[in-house]
Amino acid sequence: MNFDLTDEQKLLLDTVASFVKKQSPVSRHRELRDDPTGWSRDVWQKMGEYGWLGLALPEDVGGLGGTFADVALILEQLGTTLTPEPFLPSLVASIPILRLGTAEQQQAYLAPFAEGRTSLALAHAERNSRFDVSDVETRAVKSGDGYRLDGSKRWVLNGHAADTIVVSARTSDGENDGGISVFVLDRDTPGLTIAPVKTMDGHHAAMITLTGVQIGRDRLLGAEGSAVAALEEAMDVGAAAACAEGAGIARAVLEMTTDYLRTREQFGVKIGSFQALQHRAVDMFVEVELCKSTAILAAIKVSDADVVERKGAVSAAKVQLAVGGRFVTQQAVQLHGGIGVTDEHDVGLYFKRMHVLNSLFGDEEHHVMRYARLPSFTAGLSS
Amino acid sequence: MDLSFSPEHLAFREEVRSFLRTALPPHLRDKAAVDGNFDHHEIMEWHKILFARGWVAPHWPAEHGGPGLDVTRRFILTEELELSGAPTLSVFGLSMVGPLLIQFGTPAQQQRFLPKISAGDEVWCQGYSEPNAGSDLASLKTRAEDDGKGNFVVTGQKTWTTYAQYADWIFCLVRTDPSAKKQSGISFLLIDLKSPGVTVKPFLTTGGTPAFCETFFDGVVVPKENLVGPLNGGWTMAKALLGHERTLIAAVGLSSRAIRRIKRIAAATQAGGESLLDDPGFRAKIARLEIKHRALQMANYRSLAGAQLGHAPGPESSILKIRGSEILQQTGELAMELMGMNSLTWFNDEGTVPAIEQWVPSTFNYLRATTIYGGSNEIQKNIIAKLILGLG
Ligand SMILES: Cc1cc2nc3c(=O)[nH]c(=O)nc-3n(C[C@H](O)[C@H](O)[C@H](O)COP(=O)(O)OP(=O)(O)OC[C@H]3O[C@@H](n4cnc5c(N)ncnc54)[C@H](O)[C@@H]3O)c2cc1C
Repeated sequence: MNFDLTDEQKLLLDTVASFVKKQSPVSRHRELRDDPTGWSRDVWQKMGEYGWLGLALPEDVGGLGGTFADVALILEQLGTTLTPEPFLPSLVASIPILRLGTAEQQQAYLAPFAEGRTSLALAHAERNSRFDVSDVETRAVKSGDGYRLDGSKRWVLNGHAADTIVVSARTSDGENDGGISVFVLDRDTPGLTIAPVKTMDGHHAAMITLTGVQIGRDRLLGAEGSAVAALEEAMDVGAAAACAEGAGIARAVLEMTTDYLRTREQFGVKIGSFQALQHRAVDMFVEVELCKSTAILAAIKVSDADVVERKGAVSAAKVQLAVGGRFVTQQAVQLHGGIGVTDEHDVGLYFKRMHVLNSLFGDEEHHVMRYARLPSFTAGLSS
Repeated sequence: MDLSFSPEHLAFREEVRSFLRTALPPHLRDKAAVDGNFDHHEIMEWHKILFARGWVAPHWPAEHGGPGLDVTRRFILTEELELSGAPTLSVFGLSMVGPLLIQFGTPAQQQRFLPKISAGDEVWCQGYSEPNAGSDLASLKTRAEDDGKGNFVVTGQKTWTTYAQYADWIFCLVRTDPSAKKQSGISFLLIDLKSPGVTVKPFLTTGGTPAFCETFFDGVVVPKENLVGPLNGGWTMAKALLGHERTLIAAVGLSSRAIRRIKRIAAATQAGGESLLDDPGFRAKIARLEIKHRALQMANYRSLAGAQLGHAPGPESSILKIRGSEILQQTGELAMELMGMNSLTWFNDEGTVPAIEQWVPSTFNYLRATTIYGGSNEIQKNIIAKLILGLG
């Protein structure tokens, strides 16, 4: 076992760390909260040029052929300053294209993303689907040479700005897991209504309605009715990405809080001298290290060919983030006192983003139950 | 030991409920039904309705315009009001400075201020905290100097002043003797916010609403008759004021209502073809929270019964703020968890999420304040460790 970073990884880490410090402090996210896009296309393009967006994509679509573990290093750093660019939603949407798309489709939709010229979104959630990607009511019916799509999708992350939107739809009835297909759509496709909505973390998303959306066969990814596995993997990539970003957030708020404990005075002393608060800071530190540890676990295992192995690791990490990340951000607010509940102070922005990460790609309850139902959970009991 | 309310008290609860069924005007009732956030005008509208019914200041004695209710009736009234979802009236006049004036004010002060508080003609706010005097309130620096002409001249800054932008008056702790030891040089002063030299700057909480302000005093002239209690006796006033809220601070009614809301959200949220209320994991989670809440409710009843019999507050009353604030926060967390992706919503158009969920994300953020204000939970624990457990 070896958790040391390679020289390339160290270099990457330094580059991203210096980028967030110099070019993307929290104040940038704060300003962009009121912008209808909420992120900057210039910065996005730079991320493409740096090779970050295509880091884990294959070389023939302009990627660098790296691993998700490398991507996780970037996401963790970006999390420390709440960098708002839509890396996470684009990564998630890239998975079905990567797993199911033909070489032409990958070229058409992933290459521009790798360059930072386009961003992506995955439209999967529906009113009653909660965290089940196979619970889909949106319909795709054969029509002419292609399909007609009708239905509605909710809380499509980056849906308000994405150039390319991957949409899941039911192409046949029958067993839940069969019958689900994914289609890749341009945002200006007729019949696609994109209603922007604000999210608690100062980002934006979209509610998307599809009314008689007519598309060609070339928009279908993979064989009809075979999308569930890729969608589940996309959710796990999202969860692993959330864990990486969340680990960065947890570390950043701990640092912010210990700085505050070292400077704020009450009763004539630094409040960090109160043992009650020292112990609380240590409890936070424990959770920060556990979040970091499980984020690494998820980042490595999310690409594991063994699906049970992948799911177990990702669920463990997501539960740790739910419990630990929540504790760390709550206590960060608490230890800041009144200023912690002002919109002016950054700690509240981290608190909000952590909640959002915990609500995406399966919450605590979902991942606890998924973990407990995996065959690995009860394996090896008979002696 | 007797767990039941007397028949008279049960009848009173029925009386309150039947009043509440009809007294809320339709636009307020609609908002109450979805636990909406009431604005200042709506709160004052409800204030006047309760005033007309004689229930605006349940804990004030009859000679000062109160309804003359016993402790249990007051508690029942408060609990039913909280449960109904009706607007929560501003506490600063009715539950803080009002009772203090009843206890320590001069007859002139009582006549000047109390009727306007209960009628809702003058709104109050609380000016204790300063940027560098939060938990260590006694280190406050706002100065009040005698101008030799019958006035104090007040200079300094207060902060986190809840809803000062809607208030007409502020009650302040100010330093009147800079040479005395911390607590002993402080006085309790009533200041008209329309006085020249007062500036009130609202700012946003993490809940996205302008719920508190910075309040600046620059040479504000305040007549000496606005001093409550003795000169340099402000600390005693502040402590007395704290004592007025003991059985209400657990916010039992608010949490009961929040738990009911949680069940409603769970029942209306689908996953895998069934409601989350029927999901064993979530059902157990809600039950655990409700059980915690019942335990607190019982502690609150014990404290209440003690007060009814005229006992000094028992040790159980000191835990109410700690556990009550934690439970309130947990109601927000659980509601958000049940909402799933809907919990991402942030001040979007009506209809983006079901109406009952619309305000939950804002409240969820604001509720982090409950363990900070009114004496942070850490400070509460310090006090209990020392005074009740005899440690340190
Ligand atoms: C929403 C809201 C509304 C408010 N409304 C009003 C109002 O209307 N009027 C008003 O006057 N004030 C108001 N307050 C102020 C509130 O009373 C103070 O925020 C509170 O007293 C804490 O002070 P502080 O914010 O300066 O935090 P600090 O005192 O700086 O505390 C920071 C952290 O250190 C901890 N701490 C401090 N001392 C100790 C110790 N000895 N041992 C262990 N831990 C310690 C605290 O618990 C906290 O976690 C409001 C606050 C909030 C959040």
